[in-house]
Formats: sequence, C-alpha cells, structure tokens
Amino acid sequence: MTARLLPFLDDSIKPAPPTLVTITVDGIPTSGVAGQSLAGVILAGGTLGFRRTSALGRPRGVFCGIGVCFDCLVEVNGLRDVRACQRRASDGDVVTLQHDGLPSGDAT
Amino acid sequence: MNPLTSDVIIVGAGIIGAACARALASAGVGVTVIDRGTTAGGTSSACEGNLLVSDKGPGHELVLAQYAASLWRSTVTELREQLGDGFPSVEFDPKGGVVVATTAAGAGSLLGFVAGQRLAGVDARVIDASEARGLEPDLTARIEAAVYYPEDAQVQPAIATEALMASARLYGARLLENTRVLGPLLDSAGSLIGVTTPAGELRGRRVLVAAGPWSGEVAGLLGVRLPVRPRRGELLVTTRMRHRIFHKVYDADYVGAVGSDDGALQTSSVVESTGSGTVLIGSSRQLVGFDARLRVDVLSEIAAKAIRLFPFLADASVMRSYGGFRPFMPDHLPVISEDPRMPGLWYATGHEGAGIGLSVATADLILDLMLGRPTRIDAAPYSAARASLAPYLEAVA
Repeated sequence: MTARLLPFLDDSIKPAPPTLVTITVDGIPTSGVAGQSLAGVILAGGTLGFRRTSALGRPRGVFCGIGVCFDCLVEVNGLRDVRACQRRASDGDVVTLQHDGLPSGDAT
Repeated sequence: MNPLTSDVIIVGAGIIGAACARALASAGVGVTVIDRGTTAGGTSSACEGNLLVSDKGPGHELVLAQYAASLWRSTVTELREQLGDGFPSVEFDPKGGVVVATTAAGAGSLLGFVAGQRLAGVDARVIDASEARGLEPDLTARIEAAVYYPEDAQVQPAIATEALMASARLYGARLLENTRVLGPLLDSAGSLIGVTTPAGELRGRRVLVAAGPWSGEVAGLLGVRLPVRPRRGELLVTTRMRHRIFHKVYDADYVGAVGSDDGALQTSSVVESTGSGTVLIGSSRQLVGFDARLRVDVLSEIAAKAIRLFPFLADASVMRSYGGFRPFMPDHLPVISEDPRMPGLWYATGHEGAGIGLSVATADLILDLMLGRPTRIDAAPYSAARASLAPYLEAVA
C-alpha cells in the first residue's frame, strides 16, 4: 500500500474511473482528480508554500492536513482564508496564494 | 557553589521566578530554581502577555506597573544582546491601548477613572469617536467615549519567560524542572534552611515562593498560610485573517472586572490581533478553584462582547480557546517580601492578571530587598506584613 496517488489501472481497489478537474493556482492551470482536496491538487502541481508568515515572511503550507493548524489558508474564488486541506477541488476553482504583511512597525 | 546549596531557592519557573532568578544571578547571588513542571508551564503560558497601565487606577499596583514599564524596553534589549539572534524574539510590541465605552454610563465612569490616572502620571488621552476610528477603523459605531493609552505594550509571555530563564542560567542560576517541593528543611532550632524534594534536600539561606496561583499550596507545604487563590481566565483565538486590529482594545468594563472582588463570572472585552494574524479575544475572571473544564457560557459571553466592539468579528471563525489561573489576592496587591512569621521564607506572587508586566519590577524589588539596599519604589505596600493582608494570615501552622 502506498499513500501516493496510484495510476488508475494499477489501483487494487478498482475505483470508478477518475474525473479530471483543473484549477488555477495564481493563474497557472493545475490538474487533479475529482475528490482530491485543493491542498492535494496544489501540492501535486509542485507548490509547497501556500502563504507566507506576516512577521518573517517564511513559507507555510500543508502542515497537519486535517484542518487543525490553519497553515494552508488560500483564497478560493475570491473568498479568503479557506483551508485548502478541507475543501475539495472543483473544476474551474481559482486559487490565489495569500500574504498579509504586518500592519506597521515591527515587533522586536 | 555546592551542588545542593544556594543562596536563594526559587520555587516556580514562571515569569516571576525567571525574572527574579535573572536579577539575583546577575548580581552574583547563587540561585536554584525548582518547578514541579517545566519553565512557563503554568499561568505564564496561559495568558495574553499584557504590559498594561491602562487597567490600573491610582495606587500601589499602578506604581509597580509604571516602574515595570520603565524597565521593559531596556530588559528586552539586554536579553537580545545576551541571547543573540538565534533565540526567538520575545515579541515586545509597544502597540498602545484603546479603551472604548459603548454606553453613556460606561463613558461617565471611564472619564472619571482617566482623570485619576492622569493625576498619577499615566499617559491617558481622551479621544473623540473619529479619532478612535482613525486608530481602529473597524471599531463599532457606538462610541460614547474613548481613551488612548500609548504606554500599553505586550510580549509573547512564554518566550519572555524562557528568555529570562535562559539569561538567568547564563548568569549562573541552576534550574531543576520536574522537581516538586515536599516540605521545609528546618535546622535544629526550627529555622527554614531549605526545602525537601524527591531528589533530596536543597539547602538555601532563603526560599522564594514564586509559584503563581499555586503559591498558597507551596506556602502550606512549608508550614504557613498564604491567601493566594486561583482565578480562572479564558480566551478565544480566531483563525488567521487580514490584520484589522492594531492596538489592544478594551471595553471600559474591563477595568471594573480587574479590580473586582466578586467571585462570580465576569467578562469584558479585550481584543487584539497577533503577528500571526489570529485575533485574541478575552477575557473572563471567575473564582472556580483549579477547575479547568471548558465553559461554553463563559466563551459565548466573551464572544458576544467582542462583537459589540468589533462587529466584523461576527463572521470570524474561532480556532481554539485557552484558559489559565491567575494568582488572586484578597486585597488586590502582590506580595513581594519576606514572611514576618517565618524568617528566610520570601514571596513574589499574587500578581493576578498582571504578572507578565510586573515581573521585571518585582524582580528588581526582590533583589534590592534581599541585598538590603534601598528600593527604587516604596516596598512596604507589597509586604506580607501590610495591614490589608493581616486578616487573612494566621500564625505558623
């Protein structure tokens, strides 16, 4: 058993044939299969950093993958702060990566 | 230093114990800190990290807070220089506070309170509604009165505690975690000469109890009664969002809740955003012993009041809640002194919800008192021998 997405014909549980979905991530078309989370599709497209921290600008992405850590927030179809790991990819979803700088001044 | 002997044994590795350890060790005093858990394992990591003057009326707590405010900036600089860039930032942020009254009655008592604070030297600036919305654009339209307090600040309390402790250790303090106090170590004349622990005897000329809300329990183990009680406080944390709150923003009710003796539930709004984009929403105060069960009624009241200040929070999602126990004193002042009933036993505790801010000033007082030097502010109001505490103290058990 593997945690990776298997080629359909090699999958021993014989699932129904996959339906392709295509989303855009910062304008770049990225494809996955229906049923995958947005996080899964974005990761498979090669994007690991979904957003940057306000204070130090460090990359954040899928950390817990189960909806607890709120690190994988992205904008989806104009709605901010969506947990990519908790939302299924729908064909045509427009995903925009987020960054919020600190308002002003820096904590020391 | 003999491995089992120190000048001072500090019981409690929260921010008060850490600050005292640092002050004493930097002056060459031999210090051992013991804690039944770990550094910042109690109240110091279950609070907001407030360094406030805004919630304090004229009196001895305000004097201590103003003393502390004069020390924090230089302390943060010293810690950074000593610990280096590799140590996490304590996130000192002098963001200022805005207190808002949303009712006419609240406005009247707020403005009266501010007049007293200004006489006591607090920088408290009465501002009009449009100025308040200039500072906080998303504030409610119902502003009856507002006051800006530029001196209010915050730190990340767990990191600040760790930083003070790391500094203390660089100055030579020793830290024993996961080591509880079992009882007093007495000499043949009955004088306190240390404490007993599961790891053996710890000898010290002085024992300083800095165990926050558990200080009464520790004092009891050592044979005296100290009327510190736990007062529960709870907070909500929203999910990350765009930064929309720029200061510490309070409902004018907060001041009343802080100074209250009432053991029943009290809530008032304290709202601020953090650097990571979450919003912290407090707060409650309730005397329920060490009962840490989740209280939905408390959390829903906190949430409702926060929405009164910032209506946009109605659409915010709550990510988690947390609570802590504040060391509550019956006369609302910390105890920073030796116990007149038991020579050698000292206290630095009872700061209730203000311990993070007051820690550095408390440590300065303890150092001066232990070295027999003049203190920078009058220490008598914080003495265990003060009149207002006398009814609550009993003779050595």
